[in-house]
Amino acid sequence: MDSRDWIRDGLRAVLSGLLAIPLAVLNLPLFGLSVAALVLSIVPGLGMLALPGVTLLVRARADLARRLAGRAGVPIRRPYLPPPERAIVGGWRYYKWIVTDPATWRDLAWLVPGAVAGVALGALTLALPVYGLEGVLLIPLWISLGTDWYGYGAIWPIETVGEGFLSLPQGALILSVGIAVAPYLRRFDAHFGRLFLGPTRNAELRLRVSELTVTRADTVDAQAAELRRIERDLHDGAQVRLVSLGMTIGLAEEMVEGDPAGARKLLAEARETSSAALADLRHLVRGIHPPVLAERGLDGAVRALALAVPIPTTVETALPGRLDTPVESAAYFAVAEALANATRHSFARTAQVELWHTGSSLVMRVSDDGLGGADPSGGSGLRGIERRLAAFDGTMSLSSPPGGPTVVTMELPCASSSPKTTPSSGTG
Amino acid sequence: MRVVLAEDHALLRDGLTRLLTAHGCEVVAAVDNGPALLPTLIEHRPEVAVVDVRLPPTFTDEGLQGAIAAREQIPGMPVLVLSQHVEPLYARELLSDRAGGVGYLLKDRVSHVAQFIDAVRRVASGGTAMDPEVVYQLLARRQSPLSALTTREREVLGQMAEGRSNGAIAGKLFIGEKAVSKHINNIFTKLDLPVSDDDNRRVLAVLTYLNA
Repeated sequence: MDSRDWIRDGLRAVLSGLLAIPLAVLNLPLFGLSVAALVLSIVPGLGMLALPGVTLLVRARADLARRLAGRAGVPIRRPYLPPPERAIVGGWRYYKWIVTDPATWRDLAWLVPGAVAGVALGALTLALPVYGLEGVLLIPLWISLGTDWYGYGAIWPIETVGEGFLSLPQGALILSVGIAVAPYLRRFDAHFGRLFLGPTRNAELRLRVSELTVTRADTVDAQAAELRRIERDLHDGAQVRLVSLGMTIGLAEEMVEGDPAGARKLLAEARETSSAALADLRHLVRGIHPPVLAERGLDGAVRALALAVPIPTTVETALPGRLDTPVESAAYFAVAEALANATRHSFARTAQVELWHTGSSLVMRVSDDGLGGADPSGGSGLRGIERRLAAFDGTMSLSSPPGGPTVVTMELPCASSSPKTTPSSGTG
Repeated sequence: MRVVLAEDHALLRDGLTRLLTAHGCEVVAAVDNGPALLPTLIEHRPEVAVVDVRLPPTFTDEGLQGAIAAREQIPGMPVLVLSQHVEPLYARELLSDRAGGVGYLLKDRVSHVAQFIDAVRRVASGGTAMDPEVVYQLLARRQSPLSALTTREREVLGQMAEGRSNGAIAGKLFIGEKAVSKHINNIFTKLDLPVSDDDNRRVLAVLTYLNA
């Protein structure tokens, strides 16, 4: 680590320690309010309002603690149950939602120990640097105070100026130790907070379920849209052409005796129509599952893809063999989309695709030397990749500073999750 | 002309046999799966092999692999590959032995009987016949080593890739045959393809085109 980095991180941690103390103290009135609200909830009407109100305050405070912990490098997920439908503050539904959520009570249990830990660790974070600073600044301090002796560090008391100068290295040492340990103290505080404020194993599972519900809904939606598109394409494309083909041949059949020249013209037309129908079907098949993917697997299909994009593209792969069909397909379309983005928007001159397998997941990296500045919230393409990968618990990360280069890294868990991703009928 | 046919759909196999026979070809053998292809080709040594890319038992690219393997065993054996779709990647693999006598066409080109038979003859006599669709896909690309070529030279190269002779290119582009050979010489110079007895310069130019 760069020396400036640890000083910056340390100073930031010291500041957040300074902030932690008043925040921790704030826990105590919140605890008092909570106890009062609990007592008041016996009173009909008032209790319905008091407890939810106080809980909202407590949650805001807890959220702040979670955010600060996240900044200290200890992410804490919000454990709360989603609010029920048609719940209004003051209503029974809302009250029940608050009271039955274990996270409400865990927040409450955190308030006092959290305050103690917050003040103690915050004070410790501050004390070391302040004591160190005192040592560094002792000489001018001493002179301005005009006292005869002073106590500092290992040399205690200090009586001569020579001894006084010894406090300088001691102070510097203590100051640097204080700054160096400050981030660890903050992280320790954050870990302590996570014991109470993080989701329990149960809540973790519940969050996972709601996450899966969202990705499943996305997948189902995407699949339904895809089927609709295929149906429409078949209906408006190949099907119409085949009907017209039949008609043309029928007409030619009638004309073949009386007007052989006309019949021949019609037959030529029929041939054109059949070619067009085939082209339609080919195009459609490519959109559903590219033949080269079926024939050559991901490796060959990505190589074919690289040949088809308008800029020179290199492909490097290290894959152990064929992957499961659904994973292969998701990976292919994700790479195709990322490459299309690279060639469409970035004015890149060259692009690279790298594929490798880490044992548990497939990693795909698509990079280009274009303008950079790609933004997933701006491009529907990148969002589409995220959704496509999310169906397999895959992830996408994007690095695209203005001026480039853009690097899209996609990961698809496959070895472990592949049996689950095999489409099954009936139970879906 | 003696032809070996590899096609798994009985309907298409019969149709192709009929079509080839009607145009004076003799279908000496017709196979319906990948593993039988290579031994049959080695046994019969046909003047041209017409092969479907996707064959049983794997239904992947067994036909293509069989054709490439056959050309390793019998160098320069003319092979015309038919497929339901075209892939520049496959075209490149077919041409990678740098010899002529290679064709790669979409299956539906068969319906243009005269053009199809023409392509079979061209391949049999050592020429190339790339599907216009492959050529089109490559032309759609923006930047490449081909950027040194003029538009007209690219057009000529595209026609060469489809396998046309100088005379045919002249007719197609409404220019004189002399102009065509001038363009072709320019292409060879710009793509740095010196005269050589071992390599077919037209194939090399097309390969450069495919690799671009």
